[in-house]
Amino acid sequence: MTIRDISEILSAEIICGEEKLEKEVYNAFGSDMMSDVLAFVKDQSLLITGLCNPQVIRTAEMMDISCVCFVRGKTPETAMVELARERGIVLMTTEIRMFTACGVLYEKGLRGGADQCL
Amino acid sequence: MSMTMKLHFDVSGDDFTRAGEASGKVKAKLKQLGIAPDAVRKVAIALYEGEINLVIHAGGGEIDVEISPEDIKMTLSDKGPGIADVEKAMTEGFSTATENIRSLGFGAGMGLPNMKKYSDEMKIDTEIGVGTTIFMQVNL
Repeated sequence: MTIRDISEILSAEIICGEEKLEKEVYNAFGSDMMSDVLAFVKDQSLLITGLCNPQVIRTAEMMDISCVCFVRGKTPETAMVELARERGIVLMTTEIRMFTACGVLYEKGLRGGADQCL
Repeated sequence: MSMTMKLHFDVSGDDFTRAGEASGKVKAKLKQLGIAPDAVRKVAIALYEGEINLVIHAGGGEIDVEISPEDIKMTLSDKGPGIADVEKAMTEGFSTATENIRSLGFGAGMGLPNMKKYSDEMKIDTEIGVGTTIFMQVNL
């Protein structure tokens, strides 16, 4: 599915990166711990998180994650948005909570990545 | 690229929001030099974990990176508290991070294990009350 599809499924508001909405996303990772993102992310290009600080953007940068979706209505501050924009990372925010956000995306065909059995 | 390129960064210990700046610059540089994406990724993750550690545990420090046609060498040094039990610190899930650090998304006890996992060689020199120097190498 595309980043646009994800934003529609989650009724998410796009914060930056509008020009990349047609990019395809195959795998996702959900976590509030950036340590775990650094330990486990392989080829996932969508990060679903409830953590909202500049290190989320830095982590996405290191892991080549192209899109970050903030759950539970978290909204990044201007400096974070600027950081993401400079690095070409799409940011979006949804009121939906983590479990449900992951669940509906899974139902629509998004998966956890190559090393996941489900 | 026929010669060695050296990069140096001073990492401030009092600004968590800037942690990762040096690693981001190194990653951009490696990409620009056309280094293989796998190696770029390994360096980026290992270095970023190290940089985060400098900020949250050591009150800042220095990062030196040497890029040669054979490998990428990274040295992170600080004058922090030192690591009391290196073997324990290398255990996945072991962390001395405070609740405050956890609320920032770190301190899951994956930092040093990740640095080892993503580098081809790693060496830790540490002394309580004096500081820590970590050397990591990623082969090309």
